Amino acid sequence: MKDIVIKTHKLTKKFGDFVATNEVTFEVERGEIFGFLGANGAGKTTAMKMLSGLLRPSYGEAMVAGFDVYKETEKIKRNIGYMSQKFSLYEDLTVEENIRFYGGIYGLSNRQIKEKSTALLERLNLMRDAKTLVASLPLGWKQKLSFSIAIQHEPTIVFLDEPTGGVDPVTRRQFWDMIYEAAASGITVFVTTHYMDEAEYCNRVSIMVDGVIEALDSPAGLKTRFNAHDMDEVFHQLARGAKRGE
Amino acid sequence: MNAIEIQNIVKTYEKGSVQALNEVSFQVRPGELFGLIGPDGAGKTSLFRILTTVLLADSGKASVDGLDVVKDYKAIRQRVGYMPGRFSLYQDLSVEENLNFFASIFKTTVAENYDLIKDIYVQLEPFKKRKAGALSGGMKQKLALCCALVHKPSVLFLDEPTTGVDPVSRKEFWGMLKNLKAQGISILVSTPYMDEASLCDRIALIQDGQILSIDTPEGVIADYERPLWSVQGPNMYQLLLDLRDFRFTERCYAFGESHHLTLSDDTQAGEAEVRAFLEERNHQETQIALITPTIEDCFMALMRD
Repeated sequence: MKDIVIKTHKLTKKFGDFVATNEVTFEVERGEIFGFLGANGAGKTTAMKMLSGLLRPSYGEAMVAGFDVYKETEKIKRNIGYMSQKFSLYEDLTVEENIRFYGGIYGLSNRQIKEKSTALLERLNLMRDAKTLVASLPLGWKQKLSFSIAIQHEPTIVFLDEPTGGVDPVTRRQFWDMIYEAAASGITVFVTTHYMDEAEYCNRVSIMVDGVIEALDSPAGLKTRFNAHDMDEVFHQLARGAKRGE
Repeated sequence: MNAIEIQNIVKTYEKGSVQALNEVSFQVRPGELFGLIGPDGAGKTSLFRILTTVLLADSGKASVDGLDVVKDYKAIRQRVGYMPGRFSLYQDLSVEENLNFFASIFKTTVAENYDLIKDIYVQLEPFKKRKAGALSGGMKQKLALCCALVHKPSVLFLDEPTTGVDPVSRKEFWGMLKNLKAQGISILVSTPYMDEASLCDRIALIQDGQILSIDTPEGVIADYERPLWSVQGPNMYQLLLDLRDFRFTERCYAFGESHHLTLSDDTQAGEAEVRAFLEERNHQETQIALITPTIEDCFMALMRD
């Protein structure tokens, strides 16, 4: 039987007359790397906010990690991780302090935090930098640390909002190695990106245009359907017609 | 006379402990569309700020339009357009007000140079009464470009104009740059997206404050020292791990739907050896082909040297 960790049905958010996310219906399986693509302003951020329990939908249904997005938002927040390029770590806290702070936020005990942070620092080879301020780490390291912190409480799902924007090409690939590893350990990865090569690394990809999911399939399936040679072409075919130029 | 002339520019922060630019030198020719390609933290913004006279270098010389960035800063400011990476227009002024404001600062009018911004401005016109802060990302970007052009600059500086912008809008933006170039404006543009490099006349690849290479995009690609193979198969992740484990592999990176493989210098091994190895590791139906490198391949090869 399929193990579904995100299930939505006609999930919708309106701001006044503006329908940001319009009757979106999809499912994501456990351990899947799910690419959530769309043009700027297509409604991705709004959808992600609803799925992470931060924004109440106008109507429609959604279950995330087995919890209802209307009634169980606090439980959702405990069972997901979140990271974005815009908001990740506290620059004026040290590496260690950030790990401890987020561990606390995600509800880990002091003992768990201690164990986890040692393991995390070792895995990232950051032992010597434990007392370094995050502000002085290179961007690539920040992103890797931020991702590790977002999954230190072993969430069911981790939401990654443009995690690799501006990162150098080697680090960008190392970051995807970490995504693969997390997915292999059973964490579902829900990721947005503007790099179309990264869309190819996802098990399935959805492409939103003007608030609606226009296509959802494996990268191979999408390329066949749109008779395209890569995901960039698929994206262009779908998003070219977008009316909302956010 | 070159549009931009940069000689051995050095910039450090935090009393010299952070080196932002390390002996950077290059020239941008008149009418050229020149791309500064590199990740965040490479030093791109520091260089833009030095060239637009809002930051002083520690050492080295630079001139824009034949004018020295230190001595002639006032004259430079009259004739360059600068679109910073962060949206820097007045959020509480309308589209129209922002444009008029920048025109009046440069003692000109929107009407006077309307030709230059017309193609871009017509897309903004329906929203001309809207406050800049309430515009969508794509529209903000177009308005910022109009404001940087309103005084008909001879050199245009665009610091990461497409960062965080979706692929369709990025393509559209590069189309606008091509039109501006056709009107004789010299453009220095920075971007972290390597695929945009091919749209420039010449590029400089920059990493950690150091220039890795300066050439035409074709020239950078021609300099890739060894054959590059694309490898595809049904189980891509395992394929990547195994290819990295191959004793003749110099480097192997995931590149969307295929992996890009470079074999080490001292080997005669080729496709047959790769194929034999992959069969040994139980990879079926693998496709291997010799390909032309992308700028990103070149960038990664140069980063490692």
